Amino acid sequence: MAREETEQSVPSASSQPVQAATPRDDIWSKCPTCKEISFRKEVERNLNVCPKCGHHFRLTVAQRLSITVDRGSWREMFAELAIDDPLGFVDSKPYPKRMQQAREASGRNDAVVVGLGKIEDRPLALGVMDFEFMGGSMGVVVGEKLARIFNLATRRGLPVIVFSASGGARMQEGALSLMQMAKVSVAIARLRDARLPYLSVMCDPTTGGVAASFAMLGDLNLAEPGALIGFAGRRVTLQTSNQELPENFQRSEFLLAHGMLDAIVPRHQMRFTLARLLAILTRPKSIRTGRK
Amino acid sequence: MARTLQHRGKASHNGKHADAQAGAPAALSAIERVRLARHPSRPQTLEYLDAMIAEFFEIHGDRRFSDDGAIVAGLGYFGKRPVAIVGQQRGRTTVERIARNFGKPHPEGYRKAARIYELADRFRLPLITFIDTQGAESGVGAEERGQHEAIARNLELMARLEVPIIACVIGEGGSGGALALGVANVVLMQENASYSVITPEGCAAILWREATDENVARAAAALKISAPDLLELGVIDEIVPEPAGGAHTAPAEAARNLAAAVGRHLERLLKRTPAELRAARERKFAAIGNAHLTHGRVENARTIG
Repeated sequence: MAREETEQSVPSASSQPVQAATPRDDIWSKCPTCKEISFRKEVERNLNVCPKCGHHFRLTVAQRLSITVDRGSWREMFAELAIDDPLGFVDSKPYPKRMQQAREASGRNDAVVVGLGKIEDRPLALGVMDFEFMGGSMGVVVGEKLARIFNLATRRGLPVIVFSASGGARMQEGALSLMQMAKVSVAIARLRDARLPYLSVMCDPTTGGVAASFAMLGDLNLAEPGALIGFAGRRVTLQTSNQELPENFQRSEFLLAHGMLDAIVPRHQMRFTLARLLAILTRPKSIRTGRK
Repeated sequence: MARTLQHRGKASHNGKHADAQAGAPAALSAIERVRLARHPSRPQTLEYLDAMIAEFFEIHGDRRFSDDGAIVAGLGYFGKRPVAIVGQQRGRTTVERIARNFGKPHPEGYRKAARIYELADRFRLPLITFIDTQGAESGVGAEERGQHEAIARNLELMARLEVPIIACVIGEGGSGGALALGVANVVLMQENASYSVITPEGCAAILWREATDENVARAAAALKISAPDLLELGVIDEIVPEPAGGAHTAPAEAARNLAAAVGRHLERLLKRTPAELRAARERKFAAIGNAHLTHGRVENARTIG
């Protein structure tokens, strides 16, 4: 359940645009799927999708927001929430030190950003996970911010969209991290009771305790192409199963084939698709509550 | 409601749980407790059902795929009170352990549990769960059939129930696979049980690359997976004393202690309305960890969007 990487809290080389080993590697980027080299600028202009094969590179939170919400509509909330050191956890370095480094590198307090915004003029509540922040792992702050944004949406009658990207629960906060799965699920139950839509978008990667809680609880579950989505880590599954892993194992396409996703949506169509679904699912309050 | 560990060592031998304390070693280490939690003769769900529940009727199957032996679910009486029950069963003999997948449920096990959760709600039956798993099954089949979805669905479902839910951690509480039985009004934990986001072995392998005995012991201590630590963190509500040397040394006594705690909380919870029961459970989980929140500004905060 807890995420598998710790030291490698920065995205692995297989998923970030790889800098080609040339003196001018700031100009070029190499695709880990097709191994083709493209202009970095061209990849970025293409929403960080490989122009040659369609491989979806991971996005930063800022990139995600900029291609998702209406310009000027975004208002971040609960940004001040942070965590102390509940367990006094020390691995290769003390947890507070690890957090301080992550905070300085990211300019935020923890691994999710939540807020209010609009997509094609429709107001909504939004959560975007930050995989660069300790592997997007979920501790108390991630759980609390998501629970708060779901609760706020319930009170204000807004739909919710969450973009997940996480290795799972954060080991350094122990069982408190595990309990955040319940905390967010409790808030989702209330949103659902209020007949407000929740669209879950799983990005690369969505695993462990995040997959086994809010990411899989969307009224509709969507994913980006090729995203790693699973309960257990690949290594663990290999050990357990004693068999070769199927092709595409734990990738979006595998989950779609096994009935766990409603659709795989390429990045270029994501904003349009979300707007379309919100238009269908968002009802006026009088219809939701059955009152005139 | 929260009792501190007065029965922790000989020094606190002061009568109330005298027989639970006699000869108990002073403050076991985290890894020693984990060994007790995994002890091959430690009582399991079915033994507690024998001792605590009358007229148990076991239900089978998830109506989707198959019946999972790692999850036992059914109906019965606790005292005179009809109740619904779900628990993980690890199995005792080799044959039974294999049939029950060593207590590691597949998605169909969680979906069987979901059936009993819904029955409990519809017929207003209090729900008692027994948590004893090293974790949910992690093989190819479990992934194909949506282990994540099955667990997630149970979290939301338990959050909704308008009946009393009492969860008892009786052995290992392994991560999400345990929590899928754990969104309860009251979480009881036996003195030597453990409850964790990851096994000490898994944690050691990640942090120190090698799960040597020494690293595993370090991880067990660092993760704070023992009952006293979890009580302090607010993850559990009460510690249920075990016989000296662990539950397996006197199973009948262990069951009596557990039944007494369940009975006490059940009576208390049954005085509340259905809506209050749900709301109280929501408040409990909404608050977990919040004592450790701070309001920190980041130095180089960037505006986004």
